[in-house]
Amino acid sequence: MNKKSIIELDEVVIKFSGDSGDGMQLTGMQFSNTSALLGNDISTFPDYPAEIRAPQGTVGGVSGFQLHLGTKEINTPGDYADVLVAMNPAALKANLRWVKSGGTIIVDIDSFNEKNIKRAGYDTDPLKDERIGNFNIIEAPITLLTREALKDMGLDQKSISRSKNMFALGMVYWLFSRPLDFTEKFFEDKFKKVPLIAEANRKVLHAGFNYALTIEALPSYRINPAKIKPGMYRNINGNIATAWGLLAAAERAKLELFIGSYPITPATEILQELSYRKDLGVKSFQAEDEIAGIATAIGASFTGKFAVTTTSGPGLALKTEAMGLAVIMELPLVIVNVQRGGPSTGLPTKTEQADLLQALYGRNGESPIPVVAASTPSNCFYYAFEAGRIALEHMTPVILLTDGFLANGSEPWKIMRTEELPEVNVKMVNKDIADYKPYLRDKNMVRSWAIPGMPGFEHRLGSLEKMAVTGTVSYVPENHQVMTNERASKIANIVNHIPSQTIEGDEDADLLLIGWGSTYGHLLTTVRELREEGIKVALAQFNYIFPLPNNTEVVLSKYKKRLVCELNMGQFASYLRINFPQYEYLQYNKVQGLPFTVIELKEVIKKHL
Amino acid sequence: MQTIEVLNYTAKDFKSDQEIRWCAGCGDIAILNAVQKAMAELGRKKEEFVVVSGIGCSSRFPYYMNTYGFHGIHGRAGAIASGIKVANPKLSVWQITGDGDALAIGGNHFIHEIRRNIDLNVLIFNNQIYGLTKGQFSPTSKYGQVTKTSPYGTVEAPFNPGELTIGARGSFFARGLDMNVALNVELFKSAEAHRGTSVVEILQNCVIFNDGTFNYLTDKEHREDRIVVLEHGKPMIFGKEKNKGLILNGFKLKVAEIGVDGVTEADILVHDAHEADPSLHLALINMSFPEFPVAFGVIRAVAANTYDAAVENQIHNIQAKAKIKSLNDLMLSGDVWEVK
Repeated sequence: MNKKSIIELDEVVIKFSGDSGDGMQLTGMQFSNTSALLGNDISTFPDYPAEIRAPQGTVGGVSGFQLHLGTKEINTPGDYADVLVAMNPAALKANLRWVKSGGTIIVDIDSFNEKNIKRAGYDTDPLKDERIGNFNIIEAPITLLTREALKDMGLDQKSISRSKNMFALGMVYWLFSRPLDFTEKFFEDKFKKVPLIAEANRKVLHAGFNYALTIEALPSYRINPAKIKPGMYRNINGNIATAWGLLAAAERAKLELFIGSYPITPATEILQELSYRKDLGVKSFQAEDEIAGIATAIGASFTGKFAVTTTSGPGLALKTEAMGLAVIMELPLVIVNVQRGGPSTGLPTKTEQADLLQALYGRNGESPIPVVAASTPSNCFYYAFEAGRIALEHMTPVILLTDGFLANGSEPWKIMRTEELPEVNVKMVNKDIADYKPYLRDKNMVRSWAIPGMPGFEHRLGSLEKMAVTGTVSYVPENHQVMTNERASKIANIVNHIPSQTIEGDEDADLLLIGWGSTYGHLLTTVRELREEGIKVALAQFNYIFPLPNNTEVVLSKYKKRLVCELNMGQFASYLRINFPQYEYLQYNKVQGLPFTVIELKEVIKKHL
Repeated sequence: MQTIEVLNYTAKDFKSDQEIRWCAGCGDIAILNAVQKAMAELGRKKEEFVVVSGIGCSSRFPYYMNTYGFHGIHGRAGAIASGIKVANPKLSVWQITGDGDALAIGGNHFIHEIRRNIDLNVLIFNNQIYGLTKGQFSPTSKYGQVTKTSPYGTVEAPFNPGELTIGARGSFFARGLDMNVALNVELFKSAEAHRGTSVVEILQNCVIFNDGTFNYLTDKEHREDRIVVLEHGKPMIFGKEKNKGLILNGFKLKVAEIGVDGVTEADILVHDAHEADPSLHLALINMSFPEFPVAFGVIRAVAANTYDAAVENQIHNIQAKAKIKSLNDLMLSGDVWEVK
């Protein structure tokens, strides 16, 4: 192949895979950051095992990082890879079925020894299998050449073998004509105190780049910059965007942010990021358990802070009773649930949308809590802000649903300024009121907030049912009905303070695709590709789950068929059936710990047309 | 010029308008009176007090206080109180809890608030029974105690709240008795003065489900021989005749009689509540009748850093040096690029 020929591509999917200790996540992040700086649109999807260092060389221990970049708008991390990097036989085994026919596979040939081949579960060398003939296999001696590059540097074997990933990255950089300086700078900063390590990584990166240039076995691709709105950009993942969105809500409400949380995959990064944010005055409390996480947050809310707690499915279950406490006390609180595969411990590092009904209904008593869902990694920022706004303006706990796919996935984000967000009107009591009635409500059924330290407003809140208006304990039967109705209508009223549901695609289509939360990118891409094929289809992707937007019924009524696609066994579909039983709903469901693929969605839709 | 407000509170100022619903003769009523009296004497503004509770008979307490109050959920008072104090360290936060609320369902929060040394006053009303659910054994019920859920006697050993406090690296522990209002007022004031988690156990009689369990300590005839009230800097002397005292025999405590076997008042141990080594405090906490008198008073009060102040200091120090002053700064930091 002529090394000078350059093939232009609109989009490409690359997957880096290796042992969970091979540094594939870092490698993938370096490639996506470099590409973002060149102006490509990108979507990433890290996929890693629950074990920190799963048994080496086994399929269970394979860690992968998939990224999709292009000159056009990119909304998913891609279904199938154009290029796979497999650092060992297990990585090849785990990912081969996700490589496009004719795709390029770069393997570290030094790792394809008998032991590793057996450990990966192959009987014979897969590279000698005829089925591999469908792919362009590049057998690169990555381990050997990494050692060779570093032989005079006086490094130990462990440090040398840790640099292998940079050889692979160097090769892929050459393949896609990327500059090396971004990654070089990254290592200079990261290893400021150990310049030897920075230099080693730089050397191996160049060795990989030069090797790819020399072997003439690889085509060179070019992916031109995408047409992107002018402005300042950065890459952001869902967890960081969530943390910053919560900060934005605190800023727009002029309140201090308090987070009470307990580490849990895949939500931990939000607690970590906010723990760093002491520079912005955040009080972070790593509690002794999930219950203490939410209980400390409710305590902080009682004192007038913007309080949040972050968790994932099992943790949400543990917080259940305390969520009811926030409901009856009518205190603002945001509960972030980064969903993962369940039930029980389930699939801690994999994505799923199966906590929807838990969020909506998983509490004792009549205890309505608004539910909001983010739908892209970067819009976690906006919906975290929205969850905070609703909580503070309506004096209620709010659940924000994200998931593992959004939490770890990243994309370029046009940085906004906080002034672009609306102010949050906190329901702080008017200090001129002489006789404070904690449960006196305004026209939106919202009570006012008085906090310790305010003279003359001393009052008692509690988990017992309380008398309307005064808030004293009451067991009067009719009063319980009154208070239950008031709590329900307060939440129902929020519908007047959220936007209407939008539709994308063809208004006059027969089929409406319905999704919620993180499936947006896949559903949108599906709709786009079908329309390019001349098929009429529309999409309604819901972010406001409870209450549903005011025009939901109108949206549902416009189409002959409604197909609800979700990464659970049909929870949103059943929720729509409860709310709008007059319509029929088709379903497409998947629970494999993975996002949808556009290919499978297109097939399903075509069947229904 | 700073104006100094004179706070002329009386106990009455801390009484709410809610009717007290504890049983007639319940030890909780005397404790309520002592808390109201102590708060009136503390010289703090009423609006700075927050009384937090969990679930149980004792946990109805906040409703009877004319302060900010928070009646939480079972076992979580410690976590809620921690959140309140850390969020606003200017407040005086009082956690009212019972032996079930603090030591069974809330055990985890109890040990961790103590470990962190958050500046809270934790009042455990220990009646050695579950009252609100009508008479089941608690984690402090005596071994073998017959209750509705232990009709043949319990087969589990009880916790001693003080021992647990020491085990969790507590900086303050005191013990009071429900009917001894004067002592309790002093203990509550000491608890408030101490910076850190101040645990005060109050032995409290449940007139309905465990009546008389502390009679051996309250009985007029014998009580002075069966209790020792410890005061920092004073010898550990007790007894109707003030002729008994505690001495060390090897590593163990021993009751001695002054004037017998050559023991003089100078031989009696002097109480040092400020000693960091908890060994002797633990021995005092674990003294039980009939071998020993039961210890009351402030047994341990050791200066230590508090979590809530440390959080404030850390934020203050980091903000002083930080380059990032706003969320807008943060969002524009690190790897960003401009598309023109």
